[in-house]
Amino acid sequence: MEAVLTAIGMVASADVLLAMIGAALFGLFVGAVPGLTATMATALLVPITFFLPPVPAVAAMVTATAMAIFAGDIPGCLVRIPGTPASAAYVDESYAMTRKGQAETALGVALVFSVIGGLFGTTVLIFAAPALAEFALQFSSFEYFWLVLLGLTCAVFITGDAPIRGLVTLFLGLLVGAVGLENPAAHPRFTFGNADLLGGVSLIPAMIALFAVSEILRFSLSPVHIDEFKSQVGAVFRGMGGMIRKYRWQTLRGSALGTAVGALPGAGADIAAWMAYATSRKTSKESEKFGTGHPEGLVEAGAANNSALSAAWIPALVFGIPGDSITAIVIGVLYMKDMNPGPTIFINSPENIYAVFAVFILANLLMLPLGWACIKAATRILRAPRNVLMPIILMFCIVGAFAINNSPFDLWILIGFGLLGWFLEAHRFPIAPAILGMLLGKMLEENFITSMIKSEGNLMGFVERPIAAALAVFALLLWALSGWFALKRRMARG
Amino acid sequence: MRLNDAVIGAVLLVLSLAVLWHVKDFPAIPGQPYGAALYPTVVSAGLAVTSILLIVQGLRSGEPMFSVQVAQGGRLIAFGVTVGSMLFYVLFVDQLGFIVCATLMLAALLWSYGVKRSLIAPVAIAATLVIHTGFFKVLKVPLPWGLLESIAW
Repeated sequence: MEAVLTAIGMVASADVLLAMIGAALFGLFVGAVPGLTATMATALLVPITFFLPPVPAVAAMVTATAMAIFAGDIPGCLVRIPGTPASAAYVDESYAMTRKGQAETALGVALVFSVIGGLFGTTVLIFAAPALAEFALQFSSFEYFWLVLLGLTCAVFITGDAPIRGLVTLFLGLLVGAVGLENPAAHPRFTFGNADLLGGVSLIPAMIALFAVSEILRFSLSPVHIDEFKSQVGAVFRGMGGMIRKYRWQTLRGSALGTAVGALPGAGADIAAWMAYATSRKTSKESEKFGTGHPEGLVEAGAANNSALSAAWIPALVFGIPGDSITAIVIGVLYMKDMNPGPTIFINSPENIYAVFAVFILANLLMLPLGWACIKAATRILRAPRNVLMPIILMFCIVGAFAINNSPFDLWILIGFGLLGWFLEAHRFPIAPAILGMLLGKMLEENFITSMIKSEGNLMGFVERPIAAALAVFALLLWALSGWFALKRRMARG
Repeated sequence: MRLNDAVIGAVLLVLSLAVLWHVKDFPAIPGQPYGAALYPTVVSAGLAVTSILLIVQGLRSGEPMFSVQVAQGGRLIAFGVTVGSMLFYVLFVDQLGFIVCATLMLAALLWSYGVKRSLIAPVAIAATLVIHTGFFKVLKVPLPWGLLESIAW
């Protein structure tokens, strides 16, 4: 209880609140401008948060991402271009509502159900994470090995219909993670005599490159044009009480699905939104209305993507395994702030964890007034000249990547990974598995080698402890299932 | 430009074989069979297998090995300037300094993205000064002064 009070005191300070409001405005802007994503918002925030104390740093990231995921719905609704990938699932639906003259209802639904979904995910985070952490205290290298493997498997098989492409980027990421001195023999691997590579490939510059620089490269080749549009957005909150009552089950189901998907490593808000929209359509009593401007799917998917965002923090905080690409960046920041994620953080510095929870609640509540203001200013934000913004963002990426280690070598990493990310995306390879591979490669190797030494090379040792065995069965089941689904798809095609 | 999956798979196969060949000489820890080579061996073996699957998939798809979409000339220039300006920055920032480099880089980017001529210089200079003040003065990031060393503020 004392820790809770300390945490509230930490969050209620002027610098944290100021950081949150600044991050909120930044997140709303980045989310609402097509071509700038929520992940990019997080990556761009890193250089700034680097210079902040831990709590305001985390508060800024939580707030910016929550706002960006909601704000991505705005251009989707008004001009049929999703502001962030997480809004792509229901762009057609919300644009259809705008054409029917119901833009304010569509935006109201987006806002209100984002808040509800976010609060739902946060509640689960608050109750599940500490319980899970207590359980995780008994984990040894065997359990962690399976857990990491399970996380990597989820990242490959859940995120798309092309597991081979996911596997390719995963292995590439794991290989990049192997660079440097940090290995059992402290042998300089793949450094080619370069002293800058001894510490491994710097993760934060690589992530800024993969999520922001690649986006700018894509923009330079094919900028999205926004057609002129006129929209009078009226009373946003009118009729929302009725919506909540009418669609209470859909809200609950969307939030629960989003939470589950978000908590799985590798799958984030965008997958949650696609799945929730599909579920909503399949089970609806009025499924014929879907696609014609019907709010039911918006309710469910809008709640799902925001709940996924909060739930992604569960594995990130408890095990240090990110639930999505945003938390992958966040984990990097937590390490820089000496808030190393893992079950012990819940015991050693519970006040920090409670502060994170408090920030989540506050950020979701802040979304109501600030989101409303953003909707009102939407017409102006959408007219922001992106050909002026993109060069400035690129400059910011360069300075930001340099600022982390003050190392000119990191700029080469920035350029290299920017081009790699652009190339992979242009050839439909998913980026998330690569990020997870880079981040978790060391953890996988360390736990694998430790376990091999403990069991003296006997692979049976990996399944002797009950929890390790259960995790192993789960991982094998996941492999078998995805193999079976792939086979079924091929049969259906043939 | 688009490459067939088979081409990408072939490149990755070569990469994974090169890694396998490279790691086999890694020193072992005395008295312990699991050293620095084990993990990269497993990973690159995995990469080799998936590359072969990718090659098979690419050959079966029947898509051309290389296909070039005719992009508008202006777009290619914009892409070239984006990559080129980053390289320019990394190579010359120490000699020329941040302010000179960033202004030139931003001006080139703004021009290639089709921003109105009259806006290019003011935006490039203003953005450079704002970023410089934010990172150099407020966050104390040691951005190099280069040519402007003598009038550093």
